[in-house]
Amino acid sequence: MSAKQKSKAGITHDGLFFSEESLHEMHDKMLFIRRFEEKAGQLYGLKKIGGFCHLCNGQEAVCVGLEHASEPADYMMTSYRDHGHILARGSDPTAVMAELLGRAGGIVKGKGGSMHMFDIEKNFAGGNGIVGEQVPIGLGFGFSSWYKDDGRVTICIMGDGGINQGAVYESFNMAALWKLPIVFLVENNQYAMGTSLERASAETQLFKRGISFKIPGMKIDGMDVLEFEKKMGEAMEHARSGKGPMLVEAMTYRYRGHSMSDPATYRTRAEVDEWRSGRDPIARLQAQMIEAGLATEEHFKQKDKDIKKEVAAIAKAAEAQPEPDAAELWTDIYTDPIENAYPYPGKVN
Amino acid sequence: MSKITYREALNQAMCEEMKRDDRVFLMGEEVAEYNGAYKISQGMLEKFGPKRVIDTPITELGFAGLGVGASMAGLRPVIEFMTWNFAILALDQIVNAAAKMKYMSGGQYSCPMVFRGAGGSAARVGAQHSQSLENWLANVPGLKVVMPSNPADAKGLLKAAIRDNDTVVFIENEINYGDVGEVPDGEYIIPLGVADVKRVGSDVTIVAHSRMTGFALEAAKILAEQGIEAEVIDPRTIRPLDENTILASVAKTNCAVVVEEGWRFAGIGAEISARIMERGFDDLDSPVIRVTGKDVPMPYAANLESLALPSVLDIVEAARVACGRG
Ligand SMILES: Cc1ncc(C[n+]2csc(CCOP(=O)(O)OP(=O)(O)O)c2C)c(N)n1
Repeated sequence: MSAKQKSKAGITHDGLFFSEESLHEMHDKMLFIRRFEEKAGQLYGLKKIGGFCHLCNGQEAVCVGLEHASEPADYMMTSYRDHGHILARGSDPTAVMAELLGRAGGIVKGKGGSMHMFDIEKNFAGGNGIVGEQVPIGLGFGFSSWYKDDGRVTICIMGDGGINQGAVYESFNMAALWKLPIVFLVENNQYAMGTSLERASAETQLFKRGISFKIPGMKIDGMDVLEFEKKMGEAMEHARSGKGPMLVEAMTYRYRGHSMSDPATYRTRAEVDEWRSGRDPIARLQAQMIEAGLATEEHFKQKDKDIKKEVAAIAKAAEAQPEPDAAELWTDIYTDPIENAYPYPGKVN
Repeated sequence: MSKITYREALNQAMCEEMKRDDRVFLMGEEVAEYNGAYKISQGMLEKFGPKRVIDTPITELGFAGLGVGASMAGLRPVIEFMTWNFAILALDQIVNAAAKMKYMSGGQYSCPMVFRGAGGSAARVGAQHSQSLENWLANVPGLKVVMPSNPADAKGLLKAAIRDNDTVVFIENEINYGDVGEVPDGEYIIPLGVADVKRVGSDVTIVAHSRMTGFALEAAKILAEQGIEAEVIDPRTIRPLDENTILASVAKTNCAVVVEEGWRFAGIGAEISARIMERGFDDLDSPVIRVTGKDVPMPYAANLESLALPSVLDIVEAARVACGRG
């Protein structure tokens, strides 16, 4: 109600003011990611998207909250569950969809697919398919900012399963040792494929995993975009001000299986429902905005229709693109191409 | 004999060996409660309990090392990597520890164990999840490298691998998991290091392992229609390599094609063709031809992916060139 008393419309959450405009933006972005992922799921079902396809339905508040808490110049890298993050960063959604479809106009020219998306202009460094691999890479980006003193923060995202990789602790140690400007963000959706957090981790309070490296930790509700942005903002500030790395654990949930091929029978229906209908980040923000008198139910219904239409048009435009040119097979391997083909008698390979 | 899948054959091999020898245990990501990411260990947790079928965190280097230590201490670990792409994280333990332990300890310690999992290119999963790395592992003295191409071989070779007194790298093929074939029931062991002639022929020798064996057999069918009888040899074990079987075939056909899914540069085909040249030079009427995957990281786009992989027709064409009918 304090929000309503303010002259400028918005919501104040835990002392942080969110303008009407930014609330709408966050909402629309989350909804866009949700509908985009649903479309991707559909296209996967139609076998137009191949291979592995990991959707982030349910985790949208983390994608969007963290984007809002950071600067465009900040670096970001994540695992194979990357569509939501790259969209939140503002990359061209048609290029992202085209990548999923393996088209020439894909964000990495059709070479990477779902798991390997990169956008150098948005400072988005993957999209990495090997669990935990992005963490030492994030360490390197953080190091470069320390080296160049460029004021950037690196947001290095991993899963609750990924945090168990040994390389993560080597990275924690170096990041803390040299006070590198990095926020290590764990998306704790509580499952690594079929393995629940409790079955994989001796210490399940993941934000405490940095303690022996003197890395402060923070646990955040990752289903509440306002809360997430606020706390993530504090973590970013900590890293940006030269105090060294911070470890953030975002409590979240993936509605779908690990990937499109996982029926997720290891979870109970009740558990999924509890998160899906009880804590959904989009429904939650909608309710908050309606209560604050910033939007109506009808507005959101219309918005949803518009976004669905927009996503359908994006998919159509992406599908209309050609496959990559055959010559692309031999590009991007070396900066200065070297001889790769070894023809045998009678055939140019 | 029963008709079962490659997947079930592997399961049978592990179950039989675990029943026979209580030092054998299975460990890896998702092997127990999830029944294996590719369902190779289906039902094994139920059969053998959580002490012998063990889910690990995603910590390849750590649990590979656990296997090394446990084998040194007298157990017989079967360590599953969800795929060999992830085993790269564990290479230190495989290459620096397991492979050399016997040598470094002057024969005091050895590592009788199996590292196994899915290898080879998969479908549309991109550069990090679709590659053949057997040449890396076969390059290391101290490791044996086994790659079955059909269900019966999968069972017979895995049983032999588990009983072997050294470290065996056992690379399965993800695309072959669903293949069905006749597999002998019960005790069925294929000694490591013995190649198999999958098709007898007199005009050209085609050497191919893992999934490429099937491609070579298909190519042989097409060649037969064109009046060329190809002999198809599956080494089954890459190291030790049964060169005698290959050389005997070349002595008969006087030409050879070596097929592999992996990269050409310093690949398995390079090794095999060099051996044919070194010991079978006088039998050759033409240079050995290699059919390989292109030397590029695996692209995601469907059209580029198929261009990157060897095809049946590539083998047909190479065989025609090799035997002078190109
Ligand atoms: C090194 C490595 N090991 C195993 C895998 C197979 N794998 C892919 S995702 C995954 C689970 C990861 O879970 P988590 O880190 O919690 O991330 P989430 O999927 O929940 O976002 C596994 C085991 C892999 N890609 N890389």
